[in-house]
Amino acid sequence: MTRSRLFWGTIAPLAAILNSLLLVYLILKFRGVDPIEMFKLMASYGFDPRNLVSELNQTVAYYMAGVAAAIGFKMLLFNIGIDGQYRMGAFFGGVVGAAVNLPPILHVVVIIITAMLAGGLWAAIAGYLKVKRGVNEVISNIMLNFIAAAIIAFLLSPSLLGILPEGSQTLQTREIPASGRMPTIKAFEGEIYTFFFIALVVGVAYWVMLNKTVFGFNLRATGLSFRAARASGVNAPRMIFITTVLSGAIAGLVGIGTLLSDTHSYSMAFPAGYAFTGLSLALLGRNHPIGIFFAAFLWSFLERSAPVLEFEGVPPEIVIVMQGTIVLSIVVAYEVVARINLRQQQRAVGSVNVESPVAKEAN
Amino acid sequence: MQKKTLRKLGASAVAGALVLSGIVASAPAQAAAKTIGIAYSLGGRDVPGFNQLAYIGVKPILDKNKSLKLIESQDNPTATDDQRAERLRLMAKRGANPIVVVGFTYASALGKVAKEFPNIQWGIVDDSSVQAPNVQGIVFKEEEGSYLVGLAAAMTTKTGRIGFIGGVNTPLIAKFEAGYIAGAKAINPNIKVQSTYISNFPDFSGFNDPAKGYEAAKGMYQNGADVVYAAAGGTGTGMHKAASELKKWSIGVDADEAMYPAHAAYKTTILTSMLKRVDLGVRGFVNDALAGKKTAGIKTWGYKQGGVGYTTTGGYLKGITDVINNYGSQISSGKVVVPTDPKKA
Repeated sequence: MTRSRLFWGTIAPLAAILNSLLLVYLILKFRGVDPIEMFKLMASYGFDPRNLVSELNQTVAYYMAGVAAAIGFKMLLFNIGIDGQYRMGAFFGGVVGAAVNLPPILHVVVIIITAMLAGGLWAAIAGYLKVKRGVNEVISNIMLNFIAAAIIAFLLSPSLLGILPEGSQTLQTREIPASGRMPTIKAFEGEIYTFFFIALVVGVAYWVMLNKTVFGFNLRATGLSFRAARASGVNAPRMIFITTVLSGAIAGLVGIGTLLSDTHSYSMAFPAGYAFTGLSLALLGRNHPIGIFFAAFLWSFLERSAPVLEFEGVPPEIVIVMQGTIVLSIVVAYEVVARINLRQQQRAVGSVNVESPVAKEAN
Repeated sequence: MQKKTLRKLGASAVAGALVLSGIVASAPAQAAAKTIGIAYSLGGRDVPGFNQLAYIGVKPILDKNKSLKLIESQDNPTATDDQRAERLRLMAKRGANPIVVVGFTYASALGKVAKEFPNIQWGIVDDSSVQAPNVQGIVFKEEEGSYLVGLAAAMTTKTGRIGFIGGVNTPLIAKFEAGYIAGAKAINPNIKVQSTYISNFPDFSGFNDPAKGYEAAKGMYQNGADVVYAAAGGTGTGMHKAASELKKWSIGVDADEAMYPAHAAYKTTILTSMLKRVDLGVRGFVNDALAGKKTAGIKTWGYKQGGVGYTTTGGYLKGITDVINNYGSQISSGKVVVPTDPKKA
């Protein structure tokens, strides 16, 4: 039984990827470009060791966004506020990191905790509104994303918390001193952020929390059926609130790898759009910590290989088409797999216990 | 015929793959044919205005010398500094030299990559913070050009109210706002200026959101303004639309917006456009670099250098160009110094 679930769980994403490759193949063919050569080109560039390093760093950021989304999904919460939570985390992490002076390891810990607090507190607003006022979290989170951007834009002005270096047009926070930075591991001319290991810890903690703790059980139970969980004594509104905050806290870590190992300050050049990516990755990775990791890697691999296509005259948007069709296909594929599973289950049950009304009842 | 070109494309792709797989070893192998690289900011070459001007700057050079090649790449909204750096590296490894980098968001990425490729000449538009012996900062005095269109706005308005729409709330766009307000106040110290920005970073959608530009401009016109200036890239199209519907004036930015094919229906209400000659800056840099001249340093393009200005397409400024040009020469001589901070305008 479990083997078949694992099998179908792997087949579905693979089918989705194949489906998207097929579509892109046709699009490229239609444009008069040889698709196979393009795929080869992407692969040879994407698997170049130096690029692998940089893809890994991007994977870690996407992974955080994916896990944040997955925690929400387990509770049937659609955390589209990851964008705002990540910005809050990275911004306040940068501000506090530059403001305090602490011994090396403690300094980093303080920054990471600040980022999680900032992301978590920002998400708490949406959580509170949902639990106490019944506001749909999608609406409130989209609003909160805009508000976060506006608050940071306001605070990043040179008269407040930001600086504008001579000749630059890029507002940024002050630089975090050496004690607050995370080292990098040199590999193939590139540098791997050691934040990678923290991401691993988060991934393991997520799995343990979900599968081995009472809290995780309650979380899954509330996600499956709010009323049933409530009837069996789970404080469901409280669970929703805590899950939202937890998801936000993880989202607060999205930009921390870049912040602590690369830029050492939050700036206008920090990207947007992690919410949609995170949600897609959680979907693709079936909310499983390992699945999300592979999904995150796939995403950053596709993004990194886009520029080589550009040089051959293929618009880089082709990668977005690929990502979009993967997400679309995965939804369909999981539905198909779920139906196959259901039918198999029914058949298995039916063939053994056709006569027994008790078994039917239990089913 | 089609098949042949297909095969050719395939062949060049294979060659590309070969070069790539041996990326490090074969870096400067293509010495024979020179390649120019352009890394665009969001939107790429096809969006008229800022990005396209960089291409327009290089185009005559390519036309004149057919052996020159061009490789292009564009930014995406989800890119980190690291990702931008990787893209610049890729262009460098592809043998491009010189490479033009369009937009200040590349500054920190270029700061890193320029050091790794000391033999490549880099030019970056809108930033002068990257200090390296092989980097030219190509910067413009947007406030001066905006000052001139501010004069035009103040002399054209009948209501004494004008508007400003900025694409994204950044220090760069604040320079446009500051110059515009200062210019308008030079004509009429009591003029009322409404200002708004479409989006906050890191949401750079404000540079390409005609629908919001339309709403913002419409609001200003209905609020009594009869001239609005948008420094907002593609968002400006929405403003021009609102202006033509309500029979008010609009002011374009970067290039002569009255000449855009997409603006044909609105051109009778486009008063003028503030010119930011990214094309001149880029062409100057690329020509110097190809000629083997030293390009490093900061190159500032003000009104005096012909780097910023205004257009008279449509003839709607008839009778006031003398006044504008007079202020222009005072800017050139340094008699008028235009502020870059809207609070000081």
